[in-house]
Amino acid sequence: MSVLTLDPILTRRAEIQRTAEASLGRRQRHSRLLVGLTGACVLVSLVPLVAVIAYTIERGAPAWSVDFFSHAPTPEGIPGGGIWNSIVGSFIIDGIALGGAIPLGLLVALFLANSNSRVASGIRFVTDVLSGVPSITIGIFAYGILVTTLHHFSAIAGSFGVGLIMLPIMIRASETSIRTVPTDLHEAALSLGAKNAAVARRVTLPTALPGLVTGLLLAVARGAGESAPLLFTAIGSQYLTTSPFGPMAAMPLTVYLNGIQAYPDLQQIAWGTGLLLLCIVLVLSVSSRIAVARLGRIRR
Amino acid sequence: MRLGKRSGSVAALKVAAVGAASMVFALPLTGAGAVSVNHSSGPPVALTGAGSTFDQPFFTLGFYQYNKKINSNVTVTYASIGSGGGQQQIESNTVNFGATDVPMLTADLAKATAGTIVQVPVDLGGEAISYNVSSLPQGLHLTGTVLAEIYLGQITNWDDPALRALNPKVSFPNQAITVVHRADGSGTSYAFTNYLSDVNSTWSSKVGVGKTVAWPVGVGGQGNEGVAGLVADTPGAIGYVELDYALVNHFKYFAMQNLRGKWILPTLTSVADDAALHPHVSSTDFAIDDLGGPTKLAEAAYPIDTYSWLAIYEDQTNATTATAMVDLFEWMTHSGGQKYAKSLDYVPLPAAVQATAQKALQEILGPNGKPLLTKAAIAKYGK
Amino acid sequence: MTVGIRNPGTAGQPRRRPAVPNGLYRAGLSVAALVFVALLVAFVVDLVVQARPAFAHFGFSFITGTQWNPVTAHYGALPFIVGTLETTVIAMVLAIPIGLGAALSLSHLLPSRTRAVIGTAVEMLAAIPSVVYGLWGLLVLAPWARTVIEPAVAFVFGHRGPGGGSEIGVGLLLAGLILFVMVLPTMVAISRDVLAAVPTEQIEGALALGATKGQVLSRVVIPHARAGILGAITLATGRALGETMAVTMVIGNTPAITHSLFGTTATMASIIANQFTEATEPFHLASLIAIAVLLLVVAALVNVAARMLVRSVGRSVSAIAVA
Repeated sequence: MSVLTLDPILTRRAEIQRTAEASLGRRQRHSRLLVGLTGACVLVSLVPLVAVIAYTIERGAPAWSVDFFSHAPTPEGIPGGGIWNSIVGSFIIDGIALGGAIPLGLLVALFLANSNSRVASGIRFVTDVLSGVPSITIGIFAYGILVTTLHHFSAIAGSFGVGLIMLPIMIRASETSIRTVPTDLHEAALSLGAKNAAVARRVTLPTALPGLVTGLLLAVARGAGESAPLLFTAIGSQYLTTSPFGPMAAMPLTVYLNGIQAYPDLQQIAWGTGLLLLCIVLVLSVSSRIAVARLGRIRR
Repeated sequence: MRLGKRSGSVAALKVAAVGAASMVFALPLTGAGAVSVNHSSGPPVALTGAGSTFDQPFFTLGFYQYNKKINSNVTVTYASIGSGGGQQQIESNTVNFGATDVPMLTADLAKATAGTIVQVPVDLGGEAISYNVSSLPQGLHLTGTVLAEIYLGQITNWDDPALRALNPKVSFPNQAITVVHRADGSGTSYAFTNYLSDVNSTWSSKVGVGKTVAWPVGVGGQGNEGVAGLVADTPGAIGYVELDYALVNHFKYFAMQNLRGKWILPTLTSVADDAALHPHVSSTDFAIDDLGGPTKLAEAAYPIDTYSWLAIYEDQTNATTATAMVDLFEWMTHSGGQKYAKSLDYVPLPAAVQATAQKALQEILGPNGKPLLTKAAIAKYGK
Repeated sequence: MTVGIRNPGTAGQPRRRPAVPNGLYRAGLSVAALVFVALLVAFVVDLVVQARPAFAHFGFSFITGTQWNPVTAHYGALPFIVGTLETTVIAMVLAIPIGLGAALSLSHLLPSRTRAVIGTAVEMLAAIPSVVYGLWGLLVLAPWARTVIEPAVAFVFGHRGPGGGSEIGVGLLLAGLILFVMVLPTMVAISRDVLAAVPTEQIEGALALGATKGQVLSRVVIPHARAGILGAITLATGRALGETMAVTMVIGNTPAITHSLFGTTATMASIIANQFTEATEPFHLASLIAIAVLLLVVAALVNVAARMLVRSVGRSVSAIAVA
């Protein structure tokens, strides 16, 4: 009798094992396919990167010289010019822009991350739409608000435009990152008696820091490379100026204004400046990642 | 924080710091880099201008040399935001001068907020019609009518009988013509369409003249750079670019037939000859393409050319600034400045047009109602 | 991870400032949001005011008109609307799967040192100024497209379509490709951070149940990161919609609708950038600003569509995951 009742169980067990093994093969094949595809995606992403960077180096590296980094520009036909004023100008303009965009961006991101109301949805939606606005319309807006009213061109007006370009990226990326902080961390802190502001400052933002840094880097990369918002506001300059209340040179303007000229040495300056922009963002990216990693280690 | 004893040295440090800082801020006003103090008259003057990108290399070099050689107190910031931008700026009086490739017309002048505007021709440019067909030689013959037919889309292949008729000794390949034009609004397009309208009535009625037009066929390149890139990379392409662009980049271009029937290549001389045929240009009568004339100039003239203009208010309120500006532009429009234009492959203004420019500059008045262009300046530069 | 706990009994902990009260904090956030909204409202109002003459004069035919003629002052925006949509679709159809795939690889599959290097490399793509992309596209990619890509596609699909007389590299396809390259870093960088933040317990739980790597990624990681991926997609789409410099250099700038991948056309952003500084004819400037307003509308519509799409895909994916 016992032999008769055992047999169906054994058969059933063998059946299950067979199904599991059969599906394992299929599932592993699919998995390997997915891993392979994603790897291919990475390669595909790198191809244009290598191509564009190689081309930029090829055309821009010849422009690099001691003069290039330390002198203000000289006109076409006179050697020894450089982009020192554009470098300083970019730092000033982008610095002021970040001074406004970082705090405002973080606060709005916190507001959105903590709220699922209709108002918040509306603001999120409008932020997304703003990120798609062509930079030249932002330049027109900055011009209307800060140049025609004050009757002169200024770097501040340029910073305003650049800040407006950086804001939606910062807000959206920061909000996304803040939302990835697990709610139990948040709640644990609150339950220990911390106020919301302290929780944000000491729990949420530090945890979300890597993502915040990504957002910041993307925003800086975009904002520092756009010439359209500066065209009618800071307008550029042949001289080194440090006052934010007058015209100022900037690297993306140098790239654009020199790139459209006929003369090969002006075009070479454009490429050299483009290459420099690239390198600056690279340095910022690497150093901020190192800083974030080190901060993370200390906290742990 | 003991202030008592240290206050003296701290104060001294502060004064030194302020002094250093103010020197840094003052440096731009004296012209960065050029610390030659031998030529300077009067207080520092900082001028601003905006407009045509075509003028930018010449202006940059000219202002730099004026600052170095004539008056190191005068610095100019020029925003090359395009002629339309320049017009808008001068209309709202946010700059001292505007620069525009097509002069401001009555409708634009009406928008000026600070009075009448005087327009001064400041430099000259020609247009080369470039082509990219490897088997064809440089300097093929072309007439305006045939060019218009190409741009109208009526002639679509290099093998066309019309082209062969103009160049009987050349063998043309069977290749489609790709028409390239400017995508952005530009004075170059204005001069080109003006020329086509003059020589071809179909173009005139169908498309017309403008900085931006509804091109019947072809692709648009962004700026001279874009057109040149497209022409260089597309076998069978044809496109118009500013002369300095074609010369600097060694393109192949056509020899156009002028009204006297001669086939003329665009060069600095042939463009100047064309301009000299019509010296009394003004902002209402400024087209200089394809002019006829009984003189030798007409035989050697290249038909597609255009001026670039300064726009300055007639009634100036700041005598110092305005005098410096008028002085600067007298120098720029005469041999002092024009030799630098020539070094950059712009066409120097012919003598007759220089006289026109001077007359226009003399119309600019100071707060006392008197012309600002001094006799001394005319004597010094006006040759 | 330290939290700001004040423990009076513990030595070595410096006394911190009194915490910001909750009400003040919330008010501060609201003020920030208000300032931001005020900026946006000012922006839109400024645009609409400048665009009004065009809308008033042309009416609805501005949106449906296909002629853009500054000489006769006839302005119609339809070709640019279509061009913008076409280029954005091409860019996103490529960027979403490839970007997501790369992000998956970067966040879960690659060893950590390679991860850092490649991640930084992709971020560098975002740093390249638009002008450089445009010039590279025109001077390098366009000839390549003309000699290699287009004949290959024509060979496979059997047709070329109208393209301005001869096979030229510039056109819709090239513009879409350049846009794809430009939005890729945004897509990858943000998706990577979101995917990396999926809690390890979920992943380990799935693995413990016998799931393969692929199953973990597709049934656990992606559904969990759905909202963040939407954020990445919307930012990337925004960039694609508004990109001017690079697109205008490679799209051919023919103000007409094209039905071929190799045809030349124009986008809303490109026509504004091209003609803004020289627009002095009557209604020209107002029409260009009107196009900017239309671009805002198109961006809004695209965003709504994207949200609905991702929501429905997410629902079906999480249904599978739960079952």
